[in-house]
Amino acid sequence: MEITFLLEQVVNGLVLGGYYLLLALGLSLIFSVGGIVNLAHGAFYAIGAYVSLEVIKHVGFGASILVTPLLVALLGIVFERYLLRRFYTADPILSLLVTFGLAMVAEQALRMIWGSAPLPSNMPPDFKGNVLLGDFMFSKYRLFILAVVIAVMGGIWLLLHKTSFGRVVRAGVQKPDMVAVLGIKLQPYMTAIVMLGVATAALGGVLFGPIAIVHPAMGTEIMTVAFVVVVIGGLGSFWGVVLAAVLVGVVRGITIYFVPAAGEASMYILMFLVLMFRPRGLLGERIERFE
Amino acid sequence: MESKQKKVEAQALASQRRTMLKTGALVAGSAALGFPALVGAQSGPIRIGHLTPMTGFLGALGEYAQQGIKMAAEEINAAGGLLGRQIELMSEDSVNPQVASQKAQRMIERDNVAVLMGEINSASALTISQVAARNKKLFMSIGARSDALRNKDCNRYTFHVDIPVTVMVNAAGEALLREGLVKGKKIYALTSDYLFGHDLSRAAKNFFTRNGGSVIGDELVPTDLTDFSPQLLKIRQARPDLIATNLGGNQVTNFVKQYSEFGLTYPVAGFNLNTADAWAAGEGNLGGYWPTVWHHELKTPGSQAFVQKFTQKYGRIPENHAWIEYVSLKMLAQAITATKSVDTDKLIAYFESEAQFDILKARKAYFRSWDHQLMQEAYPFTVKPKGQARNKQDFLLFGEAVPAANEPLDKLAPAKAESTCKM
Repeated sequence: MEITFLLEQVVNGLVLGGYYLLLALGLSLIFSVGGIVNLAHGAFYAIGAYVSLEVIKHVGFGASILVTPLLVALLGIVFERYLLRRFYTADPILSLLVTFGLAMVAEQALRMIWGSAPLPSNMPPDFKGNVLLGDFMFSKYRLFILAVVIAVMGGIWLLLHKTSFGRVVRAGVQKPDMVAVLGIKLQPYMTAIVMLGVATAALGGVLFGPIAIVHPAMGTEIMTVAFVVVVIGGLGSFWGVVLAAVLVGVVRGITIYFVPAAGEASMYILMFLVLMFRPRGLLGERIERFE
Repeated sequence: MESKQKKVEAQALASQRRTMLKTGALVAGSAALGFPALVGAQSGPIRIGHLTPMTGFLGALGEYAQQGIKMAAEEINAAGGLLGRQIELMSEDSVNPQVASQKAQRMIERDNVAVLMGEINSASALTISQVAARNKKLFMSIGARSDALRNKDCNRYTFHVDIPVTVMVNAAGEALLREGLVKGKKIYALTSDYLFGHDLSRAAKNFFTRNGGSVIGDELVPTDLTDFSPQLLKIRQARPDLIATNLGGNQVTNFVKQYSEFGLTYPVAGFNLNTADAWAAGEGNLGGYWPTVWHHELKTPGSQAFVQKFTQKYGRIPENHAWIEYVSLKMLAQAITATKSVDTDKLIAYFESEAQFDILKARKAYFRSWDHQLMQEAYPFTVKPKGQARNKQDFLLFGEAVPAANEPLDKLAPAKAESTCKM
């Protein structure tokens, strides 16, 4: 029974890790390539959840998983073109201020459009209930989320490691000057990275809206965990973020079993330990311009 | 000796000069405003300091609260105000207990409010009530339900409008006993980790053990927790007969949604659920028996008129926090009109006289003189059978008022002998 239970908590940790990952990956990519700490990243997660409520009304839940991130990615183009682009070479404090302000504007805008009362968002009835294997029990919907996250992450890994697009992006992280010398403009790549980042955050909103409730401040709430994951994982590394997200999720689940009160503190303790021994994060690469 | 005296004289002169300067500035200031300070204090608007959480896990309830009290203020002002003066409602987000007490202090010192009102978070209500007592100002604690506020933390300047935890447990507990969910059963509790949750957990535990149930686990959860999956897995391992939630605000909503997502089948009960949080949970996710202080289907003419007006004004059905703020300001208005004063001592004396207030329920309510709690009806509710709801907010089924019409109004409240309140 103990073993099954730990297994349940580990699977649950994977799901939670997947949830954190959807936010942290975009955050890490935008910082690694553009040098911008996007404090408004959580806003795209909240926008994703709200937009999906509307999208579901027209095309249903299944299609919303595709349509909503695409719509939010379009918003990402506007965000990158008219706002972020001005700050790539500026003092980092300026982009911090701008994205922090944008996060507040977005939260208030959601409040003005949809009201501050939390909105019910229900998963399709087919997804409700659990999967039972012997004594092992888990939520059907969360297993579905896990499958979607694994598929999306697989796609992003292929994009970054097996395509010419990915090669330019990775080169841009390490040696942006060299990329420029080779005659490649990084800006269109940055647009694509921001689109990818906000779309995955929005996907998080679509998938996790039905689990929690949809409310305007949901974006701010998730940001802390997303940052912790990025810091633990280390910058510039795809697997670092993945590993950190899963680790935070699993450690949290197991801590809640043994020491319930320390559940929320566990990820900060983890961050503390990781940073003591590996100041660049678990798999963080050395990036010259950030040293 | 002589030099010392000179020094004292010099100091006195200096301090006189300072006083002069201050007075001068004051006079100049009030002249600039166009009226002398003394007259201003008597005939300007009656300022009311209102604090309620507008963000965080109670924020959605706070929005209802603010809309309710605003509607009452507008009605009073439209009818000519009180004692010929308009009401000026200063409503702000109380954020957390520390900020709440700072804002309360500022409202008293700088804004010169006559009365403090509001709050939903019991921990913030506690800090505001301490500020009120220190400054000898009246504080109507409207939506905070902690027992501690009405017992060891009670004070002469604070009046409590909402039903306390003990009454909530008693109001919904009878239904649980009737269904046979307590006696000889294993109960697993989940408790929100702050003043209110701890209070509720204590009262619930008392209720369960008194009635032959055993509490086999009590999990503390932080107030900002939104994902209950680790706790749900743990509950399943414990295999209880009943799950009791001692949660606050939208935590209840999240919990019942995820509970139904995991497809667990143990019955869920709890002693705290606001109608707005029940609506947010959505039909099909909620079960069990819950208490409420008021609901929108109450068939009194007053309540129906209030629901209609509120719905027209804000485009949504009011929930219990909108109602309670609305009637609270009306109660204060009644006290101000009756005493012809905004003087703290006179208002306290009026409330302590156990004057009757129409709070849009079948029976009138009154503040119990010795612990300042409002004695009023409460209502248990459960969920309608599937398919009977007419719309998204119609799936709740409300029961008859408790105490029943022929029972004393303070039947569910703790007796004086059990109380630890000393003013």
